[in-house]
Amino acid sequence: MAETTLAPTTARTGGIRRRTDAARAALARSVVLHVVMVLGALAMFFPFYWTVVTSLTPGSGLSSTPSLIPADASLEAYQRLFADLPFARVVGNSLLLATITTLAQLFTSATAAYAFSRLPFRGRTVVFGIYLATMMIPLQVLVVPLFAELRAWGLVDTYLGALLPTLAAAFGVFLLRQAMNQVPFELDEAAALDGAGHFRIFWTVILPNIRPALATLAVFAFMGSWNSFLWPLVVLRSPELQTLPVALAGLQGQYTTQWDIVMAGSVVSILPMLAIYLFAQKYVIQGVANTGLK
Amino acid sequence: MTALIGEAAAEVGAEARSTGSRTRGPRTSTRRSRRVRYALTVLAFLLPSAVPLLLFVLGPMVAAAWISLTEWNLLAPAEWVGFENYANLLTDPETADVFLHTLYYIVGYLPLVYVGGLAIALALNTALRGRTVLRGVYFLPVITSWIVVALVWRWLLNPSNGVVNTVLAWFGIDGPGWWTDPAWAMPSIILASAWKDLGFVMVILLAGLQAIDPELLDAARVDGAGWWRRLFSVTLPLLSPATFFVIVISLINGFQVFDQVYAMTGGGPGGATQVVVQQIYDLTFRYGKAGEASALSWLLFVVILAVTVIQIRGQRKWVNYG
Repeated sequence: MAETTLAPTTARTGGIRRRTDAARAALARSVVLHVVMVLGALAMFFPFYWTVVTSLTPGSGLSSTPSLIPADASLEAYQRLFADLPFARVVGNSLLLATITTLAQLFTSATAAYAFSRLPFRGRTVVFGIYLATMMIPLQVLVVPLFAELRAWGLVDTYLGALLPTLAAAFGVFLLRQAMNQVPFELDEAAALDGAGHFRIFWTVILPNIRPALATLAVFAFMGSWNSFLWPLVVLRSPELQTLPVALAGLQGQYTTQWDIVMAGSVVSILPMLAIYLFAQKYVIQGVANTGLK
Repeated sequence: MTALIGEAAAEVGAEARSTGSRTRGPRTSTRRSRRVRYALTVLAFLLPSAVPLLLFVLGPMVAAAWISLTEWNLLAPAEWVGFENYANLLTDPETADVFLHTLYYIVGYLPLVYVGGLAIALALNTALRGRTVLRGVYFLPVITSWIVVALVWRWLLNPSNGVVNTVLAWFGIDGPGWWTDPAWAMPSIILASAWKDLGFVMVILLAGLQAIDPELLDAARVDGAGWWRRLFSVTLPLLSPATFFVIVISLINGFQVFDQVYAMTGGGPGGATQVVVQQIYDLTFRYGKAGEASALSWLLFVVILAVTVIQIRGQRKWVNYG
């Protein structure tokens, strides 16, 4: 596969006839590869398409499979979703929690990363090691004691209870420290000579220089909160406080066979993430690629 | 609150630094106060993250160890039972079952996403037209939540009028019961999970492929190595760090599989997809056995840790960091 288009003319050994044969074979392989990749992409995309089609076909699943191109598309499922359920509230909850989580993680990760990148102190390596170790601890181990802790504070079934455990994450600290280490120390020194202290250096020198990493973290933090399930499931009990994934899981139990409504809910849940993804695709993909390289 | 104190302390620290650089008097009292102020600066930058991590990760981690040594239904006061929960778990055949189901998931899922992700990454690493768009489409499921993935696949794989069985019927094939059939429930979950994570694996492997020096592949080609030979003798060995990362992460996530199981089958039918975390959830919130659940979660953590450490130890044998 790899050589079909990258290979220059390694067929130099043969005559002109052989070269055209090789070129023709390369072209054929390239066409096949393009066709296969496009078909694969269509197959990967099909579930999304089918979700939208189902959500636009009233009564889907009760008796019939929707047709590939809906004959009479209708927004009925969406209307019922927002009329029968506090669904607007649920979407609002998810937006609120994801926004606060994102802002909080940007703040807590950036400050910690600055300390680990720019402020030498005794035991710094050990403290950083402990931060990294928290990434290894699965949420499942924490769920029972976290639930007990927040219940003791009277925070079960509150926004604050859902938010508190998400305010800081070692992943963000790691990501931003990596970015800060690549900002030349001469910039800090120049600012320090002008009389800037650490807080000013952090704000006016470091942060503007790591914008791409901040964008990556923002997208990941938002996505993590928007899609998170186990903790909101455990801590938020009232229907009007639920987040999208939890409400969707409940929707399925409620409308067992009404797939148009369940799929309409899924579309509503995908759209905001899709908008962010289209807008910040570069940062998302770069972020994933970087985690693999380091 | 901590943030406010932090900011104030940071400003004090900044002041200390700037005055310190102007006045050079080496008087010990100023030096000491400078050191105190520097310590305050460090704390100001660390506390906003350290306090939540202590309160909501490290503290609960220790508490979970204590809870695992008690009998507790989340309501009545916990009763100390020592290692009874662990003893019960290790002798209960259900424990072996939930770990086996989890292993079944991993064994089905990992080869699927690795081989699939590698094939797509190899194709996208050539001069393909529209590769950015293609990469975007293959990555799309990654940003979708597990719950949506589970619901969508429940519908696609619906035994009576899901699109997959409908299409199979066109060819005269009587499709299986998928997630309603104990034999097909886990394959259904694996299929949905692989669809979601394929793009993630693809992007990591693609980044690894792009880091490979093309001259090495050219040299192999000049030496007469064919496509497969170059893949196995040049590309894959050079890709081993990315492969290692994919395997480590997939195993860590695989042992913790929950969201899609909860939403697709809830552990059923007949317990066929009851994985470890589903069991932890059920023990806590359905059977009121928080102590046993904490013991199981610690057991899971130890297994994950052991598997990860073994891989890191073993990587020297096959991972090539150039």
